[in-house]
Amino acid sequence: MNENLAVDEERDMSEPSLSEYSEPMDQPQPEETRIEVQGLSVHYGKTKAVKNVSLSIKSRKVTAIIGPSGCGKSTFIRCLNRMHEVTPGARVEGKVLLDGVDLYGPGTDPVEVRRKVGMVFQKPNPFPTMSIRDNVIAGFRLNGMRDRRLLEEKVEKSLHMAALWDEVKDQLHQPGTSLSGGQQQRLCIARALAVEPEVLLMDEPCSALDPIATAKIEELIHELKESVTIVIVTHNMQQAARVSDFTAFFYMGELVEFGVTSKIFTNPDKRQTEDYITGRFG
Amino acid sequence: MSAVNKAVSRRRFQRKITERLAVGGMFLCAGVTIFFLLTILGYVLYHGAAAINWEFLTSLPVPAGESGGGIANALIGSILVVACAAAMAVPIGLGAAVFVNEFPTARFGRFVRFLAEVLTGVPSIVVGLFAYALVVRPMGGFSGFSGSVAYAFIMIPIILISAHEAFRLVPDSLREASLALGIPKWRTILSVVLPASSSALLTGVVLAVSRALGEAAPMLFTAFGNPFWNLNLGKPIATVPLLIYTYATAPYEDWHRKAWAASFVLLVVVLFTSVVTRAFLRGKSHE
Repeated sequence: MNENLAVDEERDMSEPSLSEYSEPMDQPQPEETRIEVQGLSVHYGKTKAVKNVSLSIKSRKVTAIIGPSGCGKSTFIRCLNRMHEVTPGARVEGKVLLDGVDLYGPGTDPVEVRRKVGMVFQKPNPFPTMSIRDNVIAGFRLNGMRDRRLLEEKVEKSLHMAALWDEVKDQLHQPGTSLSGGQQQRLCIARALAVEPEVLLMDEPCSALDPIATAKIEELIHELKESVTIVIVTHNMQQAARVSDFTAFFYMGELVEFGVTSKIFTNPDKRQTEDYITGRFG
Repeated sequence: MSAVNKAVSRRRFQRKITERLAVGGMFLCAGVTIFFLLTILGYVLYHGAAAINWEFLTSLPVPAGESGGGIANALIGSILVVACAAAMAVPIGLGAAVFVNEFPTARFGRFVRFLAEVLTGVPSIVVGLFAYALVVRPMGGFSGFSGSVAYAFIMIPIILISAHEAFRLVPDSLREASLALGIPKWRTILSVVLPASSSALLTGVVLAVSRALGEAAPMLFTAFGNPFWNLNLGKPIATVPLLIYTYATAPYEDWHRKAWAASFVLLVVVLFTSVVTRAFLRGKSHE
């Protein structure tokens, strides 16, 4: 317990000096909108993967995106930090506003966008050439930060946030790939959290993990939403029901229904949504 | 036994024969490959080992007819010329490979890769002539540097192709992990893609160096050879493969023996480089 308290103090002390690397987080009201998506469409060559989707993602809530394979969930979430631009031939129409600023506006740098909107992928992907410690602070080191003391604080703080510290504190210099799958995924979460993003996107973060590791990640999501807005794509409807406050149901590239999770899972407005969550198709 | 059973058993027999023939053929091909390597090694060892001694490795060549002497200047010359060539070829080859792999939509990139494949097929004598026209003529004389340029031309496509293959093996998920942290693309390439493929890159560079070490033809019109000590790449310089060529085509029995000995030294250097690299890489992968 005492150790945790000490860490909290350090965390507070480190805040002001970090401000030049990350935007200071303002304190939003509980129901404030963090991301506003307006008429978003995505094309891959001739196929249209996402069709005219509009929704708003609330600050410090968990928004789950569900739907059958190939319904555009992953494409949609990758548009929220411009990661889809890595895929050749992808084209986007519409607007994505992060705190009122269009991510696709002229003069918006995708690199800046990704610093504010972090991402965790389907398969754990720690950097194989880096130690656990270096993985966590990769976002700082590769952006040229050299302050050792600050980096050490970041390592501990981020690993605490990702609930991994106690498991790895004695092996920080081991390669990141030496951990188990679930630990690797939490390492990737720590790495994403280290740069203090405002929003964390999770693209099926548990699909490569066993049930115990999955439970740990879900528990983590509950804790993280105190400080960060989370959007999670999941194949697993029970998971969506367990972790999210809002749920969006996608089908064939369209947003069929979006609302409070409890309502979507108990009393959805659309027939399609009900059929999907009761397992009649998908 | 019914007719059907007969047909089945005959077909089974045919299949067995085909199987035996195919396996036998493959063994034969593998055997021939190994046979050539072992024969070359054995033959060079047999003829060369006798002339190898400390003096051969550490002293200068002596005029024909005198006994003793060695190839120290050619050994140092080869190392100098190849090192200078590598200093040019490694950055150019790696840079081009990064371009070809990381900007796959650029038509120019695919064209570059295609040209590199063509370039590996250009005869080394032609490369030597080209270096002659490009460097020797304007500089007004043969020089070690012009030899380095010729070697660099041979090394660049080898490095480019092996590096491109190495980069292709780096999973996209790693690039995405880095980009998603707000790390710019150039940093991602430098600090994530290059380290992740470092072993394969090193293998490619060693391959290119070994190839250059053994080439005599490009040296004929460039480094030219030199019977004296010279560490100046601006002047003609001796290299081992060219010395082997000169000694082997000379009419002196003693020079023939020295050509064998020099061949042996060259083989050992090349094998040693590749074995050491492999051992190093294996050690690294066990970390």
